Amino acid sequence: MPARTVGHAILRGLRAEIDACQSAVEEAMAQHGYGREALFAVRLALEEALVNAIRHGNRHVPGGQVDFRWSVDGDEARFEVRDQGDGFDPDAVPDPTHDDNLEIPSGRGIMLMKAYMSEVAYRDPGNHVSMVYRRSKDA
Amino acid sequence: MANDSSRLRISAVNDVVRIDFVDRDILDEATIRQIGQDIQRRLEPMSAPKVLMCFAVVEHLSSAALGTLITVNSLVKKKGGMLRLAEIRPEILEVFYITKLNKHFSIDESAAAALKALA
Repeated sequence: MPARTVGHAILRGLRAEIDACQSAVEEAMAQHGYGREALFAVRLALEEALVNAIRHGNRHVPGGQVDFRWSVDGDEARFEVRDQGDGFDPDAVPDPTHDDNLEIPSGRGIMLMKAYMSEVAYRDPGNHVSMVYRRSKDA
Repeated sequence: MANDSSRLRISAVNDVVRIDFVDRDILDEATIRQIGQDIQRRLEPMSAPKVLMCFAVVEHLSSAALGTLITVNSLVKKKGGMLRLAEIRPEILEVFYITKLNKHFSIDESAAAALKALA
């Protein structure tokens, strides 16, 4: 097994593409010894990041592409998701856990990404997100 | 028993509508939309519906799925009914706690406990 496994995919918005990316990442993480808790966390965060890029970034525009790059080693898994949209201000997204917002059906994706990943950073203008999952001793 | 969708198993337990998810993953947008439409279609003609949703087989769910649950809960409340969620795996339950949706939903450990609360 290589010390570091890397992958790159261009997604055009199909569910099968997301599933293929998730499977590739999951396989690599399993090979590097990550446990069930880590796989659950990364799968959830990746799902939100990729769907956000397709749905809110590219707005399902035909021909729109999402660039997805990732790497996994024994210590951490890193992900880069870049869409072709205009971007957005992640700090302007209302806090979905506020009592006034609990009944709003949307707006929880970013908070889940931040909750399950060690690091989440949006780069200007907000159409590129970097995420890192750092391995703990038991994950 | 009525199969409104291949993604759901909907049955009647006395006066309770019991909805079981049949897929491990509730992630795909189109599927989630279909699930929401199936449930709403089922509940639309009912007044004060008592609804139990069971997640025993569900291993992954997205924020879009949470959104559909919130929409269903709003519909049930609007009709003066009750919705309870049950048999949620610990890792999925954690998602409800992180998003504080445990405050929004009535959650029971088992279907039996939920049915008792709905009786």
